[in-house]
Amino acid sequence: METEQLIRTLAADNRYRARPVGFILTLALLAAAPVSFLMFMTALGVRPDVMTAMHNPFFDLKFVVTLALAISAIIVALHLSRPEASMKGWGWLLLIPVGIIAAGIGSEMMLPQRLPAMTRLIGQNSRICMTAIPLLSLPLLAGALVGLRHGAPARPALAGAIAGLISAGLAATLYASHCTDDSPLFVVTWYSIATAMVTAAGALIGSKVLRF
Amino acid sequence: MREGEDEWTGLMRLAISGNNSAYHRLLKAVTPVLRAGARRGLARAGQPLDQSEDIVQEILLAVHLKRHTWDVNAPLAPWLFAIARNKLIDALRRRGRRVFVNIDDFAETIPEEPAAETASANEVATLLQTLPPRQREVLQSIAVESASIRDTAAKFAMSEGAVRVALHRALTGLTAKLREQ
Repeated sequence: METEQLIRTLAADNRYRARPVGFILTLALLAAAPVSFLMFMTALGVRPDVMTAMHNPFFDLKFVVTLALAISAIIVALHLSRPEASMKGWGWLLLIPVGIIAAGIGSEMMLPQRLPAMTRLIGQNSRICMTAIPLLSLPLLAGALVGLRHGAPARPALAGAIAGLISAGLAATLYASHCTDDSPLFVVTWYSIATAMVTAAGALIGSKVLRF
Repeated sequence: MREGEDEWTGLMRLAISGNNSAYHRLLKAVTPVLRAGARRGLARAGQPLDQSEDIVQEILLAVHLKRHTWDVNAPLAPWLFAIARNKLIDALRRRGRRVFVNIDDFAETIPEEPAAETASANEVATLLQTLPPRQREVLQSIAVESASIRDTAAKFAMSEGAVRVALHRALTGLTAKLREQ
């Protein structure tokens, strides 16, 4: 086909309007969230003492951290869905959840504790945590990748990794309401390992499916 | 910044606001620049230059289908060249070369007219044969016979809306097949 013919054809299709990436990403995540939620409610469920737990600031902090991760990752992902974008000037957003958890660890250290730090770090639920977060992430990861496929990321693996962070952040938000380990030391260890697994999976899948 | 890039930005804004002829002019204006960049990249990779038109067409398709990722308040050129680089790297990799495309392969090129005004490429034409028949007929009617949407609709006894849908699907389908190669 001659290029001139292709140009004429593209011009004839000018009226077609694609939705913004943010819109598709939102839809895809909203479609995936009930699946993860259902998985969570059937397999785990909210911890029975949640009403009392809410008065513990370290319980609440878990949600602040996981939601901060999900939101900052969404912002970075939307930025990276443009072909000319790079992480420059945007990567710091992903340090927000890191800063929050670091502040949490600092405050916990300053308060008197019943259990030694190592016991709090190891906790009771590390194995469930490392299984549940990646599994609950899967529908959300699929949703995030579908949303980002609508964009044009110059670095598909990087965008896929960020999709992994979005889904891990949201899955961890669900899981945090089940888990009875509230110490920031537990969160920084096991949640991070689970998040790293999802991020690696996202990068791997993203490098295949996010090429445009 | 090259003279004319501001004009591209203006044309793309017009195109997005629904001006088909501005869009046509924009694509015509950027094509020689894309072609020169593609040839430069091919030369750097030691590949025959006659493949440049395939790459140009791939870039144009990507530009078309990813227009919504352009920020209308930003200049067009950085976005356009980012897509072009991405497609050039892809195309060279597919041909078995791991090459680094110079960041300025596109930005620094001097617009180049094709050897003939009718520069032709094979890839898109070949893949055209794998499209569903209706999509292929619509695309060919508009591309090759330069029929309008309305004439095409009349010819195939379709509604104009159905022609538009078939046309857009044909373009998305072609792009997906190019990516799969």
